[in-house]
Amino acid sequence: MRVILPTHLWRLAETDREIELVVEGAPTLNEVLDALEDRYPVLRGTIRDHVTKERRAFIRFFACGEDLTHEPPETPLPEAVVTGAEPLRVVGALAGG
Amino acid sequence: MSGVRVLVGTHKGAFILTSDAKREQWQVSGPHFAGWDIYHVKGSPADPNRLYASQTSGWFGQVIQRSDDGGQTWEPVGNEFVYDGNPGTHQWYDGTQHPWEFTRVWYLEPSPSDPDTVYAGVEDAALFRSSDGGQTWQELPGLRDVKGHLWQPGAGGMCLHNIILDPSDPQRIYIAISAAGAFRSQDGGQNWQPINEGLKSGYELPDATAEVGHCVHSIAMHASRPEVLFMQKHWDVMRSDDSGDSWYEVSGDLPSDFGFPIAVHAHEPNTVFVVPIKSDSEHYPPDGKLRVYRSRKGGNEWQALTEGLPQSNCYVNVLRSAMAVDSLDPCGVYFGTTGGQVYASADSGDHWTPIARNLPAVFSVEVQVLP
Repeated sequence: MRVILPTHLWRLAETDREIELVVEGAPTLNEVLDALEDRYPVLRGTIRDHVTKERRAFIRFFACGEDLTHEPPETPLPEAVVTGAEPLRVVGALAGG
Repeated sequence: MSGVRVLVGTHKGAFILTSDAKREQWQVSGPHFAGWDIYHVKGSPADPNRLYASQTSGWFGQVIQRSDDGGQTWEPVGNEFVYDGNPGTHQWYDGTQHPWEFTRVWYLEPSPSDPDTVYAGVEDAALFRSSDGGQTWQELPGLRDVKGHLWQPGAGGMCLHNIILDPSDPQRIYIAISAAGAFRSQDGGQNWQPINEGLKSGYELPDATAEVGHCVHSIAMHASRPEVLFMQKHWDVMRSDDSGDSWYEVSGDLPSDFGFPIAVHAHEPNTVFVVPIKSDSEHYPPDGKLRVYRSRKGGNEWQALTEGLPQSNCYVNVLRSAMAVDSLDPCGVYFGTTGGQVYASADSGDHWTPIARNLPAVFSVEVQVLP
């Protein structure tokens, strides 16, 4: 599957804007983030809290034209994301004017 | 010939300014960590090529960066700052109790003797230590036992923004917290006591002489006279001659005793620098004139230093960690502004030159003298 990171995070991880991850089965958002953090440990704490695993306040998750941010993180991701037809986008939320 | 390296943290990245000991020609590298808030960059006294930087973002949280080559290359290290045990609560703006929540690292203080040991002052206010070069961090929780439930955030957040490791006594540590006060440990950070006797905060506190709650903006010490501390409080410039046991005011003839940074001359322990700011509601210099004030008498009698600084229409601020001195002779003095200028004086403040003019807002300035 494909994950698109915000500029600050792909630069921090020294990777590209879009990365490919292999996650078995019908992964949930949390499982994708686990795989992302395993591959790029520097991203731990930048998307989710280290301990509680709660999403940081100004992070959003978009896919297939939908905002998945407030879906339970144990919900399986849309099929199009799992197959790689659509990317999962990790977004720094708009804040300010 | 030795050189000088100025480490500048800004609203949009870190910059490193270097010069030879003449301090006339400066090279600028950066932005490092472009686009991030860099609250503080500081070098290890034991190994000047070992630098630590606090990289932080409201979106993406905290990153700690470490360099082993004087800032040419950097490596992200540990960013897990977890309070010890159940951290409990502190006062919130509305008077209720609020859980302790980590937001960012304001200040990094490397050990004078071990490049891998470094202290971090954080928001919500607490002190952490790493002894593995920043890979892992452990809180020194005894600090929050000192009436932490009464601390409350100031306008800039409830930040631990200043750490002084006493060079004469490795067990003695001083820290300062915005809107809580100054604190001292005499056992390496296990136990703490407030050191706020003599501070008067009649405008800010219901009890002007409360044990905790004073808005300390910055504290400074000279290594040769560690029992003497200087403080820029929210209002008032203060001095202690007994390691913080008691304080007395030395604002004297300053045009305003509000301000943020305070620094002590590298070779003259009685020479102190401050940057008066008009007021807490007008964070700019009095009369639109950017003036550093120097006292050669340990306070009370102050001299305006203006040569090379803008003396009209100047409305920048100088933040609490944005002034530093070097150890060359004559002593160099440096400060950065919220307008993105970094000014340097190679003669103890008599003459100033902008060594960077158009950086993002400057949060912090530190300086290293290189062999």
